[in-house]
Amino acid sequence: MRYIRPLSIEDAVGLLAGASGTSAILAGGSDLLVRMKGGFVEPDLIVDIKAIEGLSEIRETADGFSIGATVPCAVLGESSVLKKAWPGVVEAAKLIGSKQVQGRCTITGNLCNASPAADSVPALVAAGAKAVVAGPSGRRTIPVGAVPIGPGKTSLTKGEIIEAILLDSQAPRSGDAYLRFIPRTEMDIAVVSAGVNLTLDEHGVITAARVALGAAAPTVLLVEEAAEALIGRKLDEAALERLAKVCAGACRPIDDKRGTIEFRRKVAGVLARRATTTAYARAGGK
Amino acid sequence: MNFDPRFSGRKFSSVGTRPIRPDGVDKVTGRARYGADFNMAGQLVGRVLRSPHAHAKILKIDTSKAEKLAGVKAVITAADLPDLTDGDSAMYDVLDNCMARTKALYDGHAVAAVAAVDARTARQALKLIEVDYELLPHVTDVDEAMKHTAPLINDTLFTEGLEEKPVKPSNVTKRSQFGHGDVHQGFGHADFIVERSFKTEQTHQGYIEPHACVASVSSDGTADLWVCTQGHFVYRQHCAQLLGLEASKLRVTSSEIGGGFGGKTHVWAEPVALALSRKAGRPVKLVMTRDEVFRASGPTSATSIDVKIGARKDGTITAAEATLRYSSGPYAGTWAEIGAMTAFACYKLDNVKTVGFEVLVNRPKTAAYRAPSAPMAAFAVESAVDELAKEIGMDPVDFRIKNAAQEGTRSSYGPVYGPIGIGPTLEAAKTHPHMKAPLGKNQGRGMACGFWFNFGGQTCVDLNIGMDGSVSLAVGTVDVGGSRASLSLVAAEELGIDYAQLKAVVADTSSLGYNDMTDGSRGTFSSSMATISAARNAIKILRDRAAQTWDIPVDDVVWENGHAIAKGEKYGNLAALSLKEIAAASGKTGGPIAGHSELVADGAGVSFATHICDIEVDPETGAARVVRYTVIQDAGKAVHPTYVEGQYQGGAAQGIGWALNEEYIYGKDGRLQNAGFLDYRIPVCSDLPMIDTQILEIPNPNHPYGVRGVGETSIVPPLAAIANAVSNAAGVRMTHIPMSPPRILAAIEAERGG
Repeated sequence: MRYIRPLSIEDAVGLLAGASGTSAILAGGSDLLVRMKGGFVEPDLIVDIKAIEGLSEIRETADGFSIGATVPCAVLGESSVLKKAWPGVVEAAKLIGSKQVQGRCTITGNLCNASPAADSVPALVAAGAKAVVAGPSGRRTIPVGAVPIGPGKTSLTKGEIIEAILLDSQAPRSGDAYLRFIPRTEMDIAVVSAGVNLTLDEHGVITAARVALGAAAPTVLLVEEAAEALIGRKLDEAALERLAKVCAGACRPIDDKRGTIEFRRKVAGVLARRATTTAYARAGGK
Repeated sequence: MNFDPRFSGRKFSSVGTRPIRPDGVDKVTGRARYGADFNMAGQLVGRVLRSPHAHAKILKIDTSKAEKLAGVKAVITAADLPDLTDGDSAMYDVLDNCMARTKALYDGHAVAAVAAVDARTARQALKLIEVDYELLPHVTDVDEAMKHTAPLINDTLFTEGLEEKPVKPSNVTKRSQFGHGDVHQGFGHADFIVERSFKTEQTHQGYIEPHACVASVSSDGTADLWVCTQGHFVYRQHCAQLLGLEASKLRVTSSEIGGGFGGKTHVWAEPVALALSRKAGRPVKLVMTRDEVFRASGPTSATSIDVKIGARKDGTITAAEATLRYSSGPYAGTWAEIGAMTAFACYKLDNVKTVGFEVLVNRPKTAAYRAPSAPMAAFAVESAVDELAKEIGMDPVDFRIKNAAQEGTRSSYGPVYGPIGIGPTLEAAKTHPHMKAPLGKNQGRGMACGFWFNFGGQTCVDLNIGMDGSVSLAVGTVDVGGSRASLSLVAAEELGIDYAQLKAVVADTSSLGYNDMTDGSRGTFSSSMATISAARNAIKILRDRAAQTWDIPVDDVVWENGHAIAKGEKYGNLAALSLKEIAAASGKTGGPIAGHSELVADGAGVSFATHICDIEVDPETGAARVVRYTVIQDAGKAVHPTYVEGQYQGGAAQGIGWALNEEYIYGKDGRLQNAGFLDYRIPVCSDLPMIDTQILEIPNPNHPYGVRGVGETSIVPPLAAIANAVSNAAGVRMTHIPMSPPRILAAIEAERGG
């Protein structure tokens, strides 16, 4: 096993592209180290990207925010501008693991781990976030939702690293929110979850909506029909009922140790409704 | 010297105070040594290969490739642990559980083990061991296992306790029955009858410290074992028997213990570590992973229980009956029997009958878990009692008070009670402010009672007085809940000295006489009795030495407040001699001063508790939140009240986890799906409210200070109290533990639909 701590993204990409055996990228390590200790993986090469300049910063850009790949989730919670613009994304990131884990784990790692239950991913998808991917043939920017393609699998190719997550500036009269269901109060994995991002007009009518569900299918679900149920309406009970029904129907969950299909469907609808109510209030509705 | 254990009603100066614990600084600074903290020069790493199958014949094990791997120093199978149990079937089961002999009986059953120079080599070696299995059909559910069509787990076992000896083997290894009166006649006199069936899933004690030991066997037949255990003397006996060692040549030292709750009363890894060390000729350290702890240590039974209780309109119970089926893993147990004994122990009943069935399943061998078997029985009975009170239209506390057992009541399991605390805990509940506190939206309140026998047993203590007047206390009961503090208080009380002058340690098996393990809530009860006895023996010597110094008859010397005092007018001018002064002169007055005690602590007083809790249920998700929780329990006498409260809170916390989320989940393949703390959900701090406690003190007549065991009873009522609260909050009777959100939501939906 080789451990290397490159100083540039180009070196990191080069190492990964040239690796002959199995390789892994180390940022916070909150998934990788646990899997290694459990004996599930034993990579031949570990590339630690924490020393790469710029990756540990949250930058405000002309379009919004660029969150470096090694920024710990706890740091997102300390950024007042980010919290103000994207409270739902930040609250999702701050639900991962425990306080101690949040000091290490990153939203990029959460995305690349490709768990259907990842907390930050539905919130990022609802927010329309993008991922900047550096690779042997240069850089490309893709929607966050295009990264996971199945449990534990991503669309990234050999040598590719996600350098940063991009969030736009939040539009006026907009708000986002994220909720998950866990049987405990903390330190748990989502049984099912919902991220919602809404934009309103001056009268409180919803003009844009994105509703994403987690742990409801092999990958995060962006539920277009749910958005349609909300757009052009104020947040009335009928709209919320329709939203819940659509979300429950859109789920393709499994029966497992964490919950049943029936439970996940019902609770997906409940969480979508509750998250939408919060997002609507944050957008200044009512 | 004869020791009189009877309660004497004395006034206390040390007992009942709350000094800091002697093991506290080491534990919070990390200096304390737990099982995995022992190390020896040349030590190897031991690892165990475990069956991935729930039930399989072991056709062949080929270890040759593993043996050839560089760095591997020993590989063992069952062949390296020959059967020396000489017809002792219980010990044979222990041996077979340590290392499968002909069949793997559950997912996680040990089949081979290696000792290597490091963990990586040991892990690689495990992968090189080839095991040929022939898969057999398996059964993991307790009700399924009872069916005559179920796969047989052991075809040499026939149901015991039946009137006629059965002709066919069965997964039901024993039927037991308790009670008195005539239940049929009793139900005939009832105006109301409640009849319900309940299930509880298997749970684990969830101790934070995994099993760990270091074994070192010498070529001369002596051996040392450092181990995390609740009973190092018992571990010595069992390991010596299984390994063919002489008990006195195996020295076992217990480490600090990061939780046991009954789960560290049985050997699993220790005989394997000793066998590896014997074969390798080097010390071997064996530490279980969390996955191994869940799959291959000793969880509690899963149960299926039917209850029927009848009462008259005035609230008098006329008859009570229960059938209890408890899983015991793949080996015979007595868990249902204990459940059947405890089920109705809180009540005064003319007609009562309980029947227990012990059931084999392809799961790990059941071990004790804090008041083993009682919480599940209490869940079923106290749920039915609550429902019956509701049908009659009586307050649930009043209904229980009306039927509570008292001094002189013949218990449902046979003996007649002495002074007991069930009535007082119920009266205390009735007047507790918690019972009158307003409930919020979607909230419900529940209460329930619980009983535990408590145990005394063989106990030995040494008390040594140093020449500087400080006192060391060597006890043989492992300190699982603050007993070193409690026993120091007791010794300080008897000797009349300050707590700070004492230091209590847990002695190893070569330094002290045999002690039963710390179970049955016996640690403080029995070792305090032996400590009192040892201190009194030391006082006799102290008085002797003072008498010798003064040259007066010893009968004229009394011991008061840490001093020898010459009694009577004629000795008016003699200044009292302090313990310190007598100790300083001991070299010239006859040598070291010590007190010893060896006894069987009989008369552990039974213990009762009443719990109250408020639960809020989210009707849309089934999530349950514990809003408020109160424990009321009889301690006899609380030696160190802070640790008594800690025991009350700890039992309630474990009960809350068990009631709401903890469960072993098996797949159709018979494999455990959630062998880790992520998906086996014990409560985290934020899941719990501050658990309020109230200590009652109804003295145990069989202990000089009135002490009763307090460790276990506190886990008996929570399942029922929480189930009653959830049922009240959700508006539907919950009959399946744990009441996880999917189960609560499904019950609410079913109720809405129906």
